Amino acid sequence: MSEGPVVELEGAVALVGGFPALAGADLRLRPSEVVGVRGPNGAGKSTLLRLCAGLVPLSRGTGHVMGHDLASRDGRRLARRSIGLLGHATALYDDLTVRENIEFWSGANRSLHADIRGAMDHMGLADRLANVPVSGLSAGQRRRTAIAILLARRPRVWLLDEPHAGLDTAGRDLLDQLISDAAAAGASILVATHDRGRIDDVLTRTVHLEGGMLSAVPT
Amino acid sequence: MSDRTVISDARLVLRKDLRIERASKVVISQVVPFAIMTLVLFGFGISPDARVVLGEGASRSVQAQVAPGLIFIAILLSALLALSRSFGVESADGTLDGLRLAGLDPAGIFLGKAGAVLVQLLSVGVVVTSGAFLFFSVQVDWTIARAVLLVTTLGAATAGIAAAGTIYSALAAGLRVRDTLVPLLVVPVLAPVLLGAGQAADAALFGATVDGWPWVGALAVFALLYGWVGIISFDSLLEDA
Repeated sequence: MSEGPVVELEGAVALVGGFPALAGADLRLRPSEVVGVRGPNGAGKSTLLRLCAGLVPLSRGTGHVMGHDLASRDGRRLARRSIGLLGHATALYDDLTVRENIEFWSGANRSLHADIRGAMDHMGLADRLANVPVSGLSAGQRRRTAIAILLARRPRVWLLDEPHAGLDTAGRDLLDQLISDAAAAGASILVATHDRGRIDDVLTRTVHLEGGMLSAVPT
Repeated sequence: MSDRTVISDARLVLRKDLRIERASKVVISQVVPFAIMTLVLFGFGISPDARVVLGEGASRSVQAQVAPGLIFIAILLSALLALSRSFGVESADGTLDGLRLAGLDPAGIFLGKAGAVLVQLLSVGVVVTSGAFLFFSVQVDWTIARAVLLVTTLGAATAGIAAAGTIYSALAAGLRVRDTLVPLLVVPVLAPVLLGAGQAADAALFGATVDGWPWVGALAVFALLYGWVGIISFDSLLEDA
């Protein structure tokens, strides 16, 4: 592939509460790549995604997202504009309805109206669930709402932390299809997951994270 | 970023916070009753028969005499609940990270959140002031000048409380001890507001209005100062939250 990496980490160290959750990670993520990150609990998968999202400062090493330097505050702020993060938390306001949440985040993300409507339709949120407060949703429905917000944002880089958690079979299939479609459209996707099986079909390659260090998994 | 973006971001956050309040009714069902209870409990501590002699045979009940100060103590304590709620909704499900990722202007986030707290505190202030008149039988020789001074005092004091409170709530937002730390940080900082607002309201209700305006000026300076500090520092506060 001739295009340069969208995410590039070399010897990246990130501290969480003084502890090196990432202890010298090397990673390159190119356009249209879907890279799976596997590893035991506490290996640093979430910290890796948060570092790439510009939410955790880079303590040592080098890191760039879309060419923006993760070591500087301005660089992290600029990098965030290209990022869509689906973490363990869904970043939804419990007291607002599904529609109000999507409208707020779409306004904050400056999403286009057509993309908002399309994302709600795609995730099955446009009709019955649209006016339900988020506090009344199941875990899977919350996840669908968060994915709809991500879709409407159309990020260049998707960072997905256990994205299948709480989703039923249909939801998992839909998410895998969305990941494939986004990669085909040129997005770069990093997926931290424990799941094995169907998700492997959409992964370009897999890396293993343990003790804050990344290593390639042989195919 | 341009001013227009700051303002549009502030409006977005303000509208969102007021929508959350409209749906949850926390201010109406919890903060306002708490403010009223505070007022009533302070009243219980002062005998209704105790009077202050004003000279020439005139006197006023001690409850009425201290009402201006009690109004702003009740507003200040209620503000702690409103501020806790304002940042509680941002830390419950990772929404603070969402705000950072969205690229909203930090100054806009500050103005939006402080604005929502201000609107809520103004409504609390109106109820508390009315309650004080009712419970403490405050008798005032109303003039337009007195009414304008009282309303301006309420606006300037609540603006200062909202601005300073939003800054310190953001400072403590990422901490596990946020709920207990915020009162420790905010109450000492807001002591000058309590002093100035009490003096200005006392002048509005019982004294010469001309004595109240310098205090209102001091309250306005406090609000503008903390508003300015919030605008320039909220970026760092959010990054460290």
